[in-house]
Amino acid sequence: MLTDFGNVLLFFVIGALFVAVALFAAKLIRPDRPNAIKLSTYECGEIPIGTARVQFNNRFYIIGLMFLIFEVEILLLFPWAMVFKELGWVAFWAMFVFVFLIFIGFAYELGKGHLKWDKPVPSVPRYVEGIGVLGGEHPDMDLSEMMSAPETDVTK
Amino acid sequence: MAELTFSLIVMGISLFMLLNSAAVAVYAERRIAAFIQNRVGPNRVGPFGLLQPIADVLKLILKEDVTPTLGNKALHTIAPMLPVFTALITIAVIPFGEGIYITDINVGVLYLLAVASLGVYGVTLAGWASNSKYSLLGGLRAAAQMLSYELPMGVAVASVVLFAASLSVVEIVDSQEVWWNIIRNPLGFIIFTVAAFAEANRTPFDLVEAEQELVGGFHTEYSSMKFGMFFLAEYMHVVIASMLITTFFLGGYHLPFAGLWLPEMSPVWKGILDVSVFVAKTGFFVFFFIWVRWTIPRFKYNQLMKLGWEKMLPLAILNFVVIAGAILLYNEFF
Repeated sequence: MLTDFGNVLLFFVIGALFVAVALFAAKLIRPDRPNAIKLSTYECGEIPIGTARVQFNNRFYIIGLMFLIFEVEILLLFPWAMVFKELGWVAFWAMFVFVFLIFIGFAYELGKGHLKWDKPVPSVPRYVEGIGVLGGEHPDMDLSEMMSAPETDVTK
Repeated sequence: MAELTFSLIVMGISLFMLLNSAAVAVYAERRIAAFIQNRVGPNRVGPFGLLQPIADVLKLILKEDVTPTLGNKALHTIAPMLPVFTALITIAVIPFGEGIYITDINVGVLYLLAVASLGVYGVTLAGWASNSKYSLLGGLRAAAQMLSYELPMGVAVASVVLFAASLSVVEIVDSQEVWWNIIRNPLGFIIFTVAAFAEANRTPFDLVEAEQELVGGFHTEYSSMKFGMFFLAEYMHVVIASMLITTFFLGGYHLPFAGLWLPEMSPVWKGILDVSVFVAKTGFFVFFFIWVRWTIPRFKYNQLMKLGWEKMLPLAILNFVVIAGAILLYNEFF
């Protein structure tokens, strides 16, 4: 006799077996005639340039971090949701404060711009003849404003 | 012993039906797409082209498998197994009728959330192990997108738990015998449906495999049955998302307001009725998934993130709090 979780385990085994058998059966039937060009990386049909392990945007990592924070907080709502009818208004206000704290964190992230996928174009420092290095610290200022502004020499 | 035999029978039938439903969904997708675009669609293999999925699978099995030499061989093989595996084990806790389920664990909802979030590993691993820039970008996009939409989905499910006061999926369906959750919690239904589209990587959220910019996305470097596994998993995820929407919001196997008017029936007839109602609702949502795919254009990635984080997440949490308050008020006065 299996318990409820025993049934789940049985299901895990059956699922894994199905996937393994399907892939193995295909391996037995299909042809296998590799050559160097066939086994090279396809990408879009051209010969790939450089490594494929490229640097990617930092924001993917930040999204992952924030997911972790919020997901843990949301999972804490589940046990509360099960019993709040018996506990009544006290439990409701306790949860309200908890959710409010989540919202403060959320508003902070929103205000900081971590949730924004579009970032302003970064200002790259550049050298202008006769003036020195411009940009880098005033991302909103364009070049004409910089020209009329007092001389800033970052190199000093 | 009888109970074990019964759950084994349900297990076998439901696995068989799920795998076949994926094949039917592929056929339905191509026919409905053709209908929407005023084409004919596949109609050569068998009557009305009904045997087309079988022909497709046979073709995939007979194709040569190519694993890029620069890629990670082990991960490249494991990656396509994961989405199919997670899609298969999801149905372990879904009730198809009164007393017709494989198992009823007391943390069924958490099990569903946990299994659903495992699906992202297959896509991300496939992207990384292929040693292709397009695959890597597709995998990263998949990871960020699925993580982002899991949050509103989790909160929407939590707002369903409020009504049932239980984490067992069977009891959640029982609590909807008179009032479906779509009536009591319409906003939660919308949020859950949109998040389910994103989790299943379907249009309008299919940036993971956006053909115009990423070639094939995470499965660019896949061929033969390994690609077939991703293909199978995509359609199984559509079917399972439809099942979850039905279970959580459309009363599972219950007819509308069934508790008020449905007379007592013999277990066999009740079982047949329940399963037909469940299959009909699921079928409608599979159709809805396909309908949306061929109607709505794709989002841009910044729009996707903005919708997920800045709109759906606060809305879902607000919905949760309002519903909790409303339930307490209702209990106070009635």
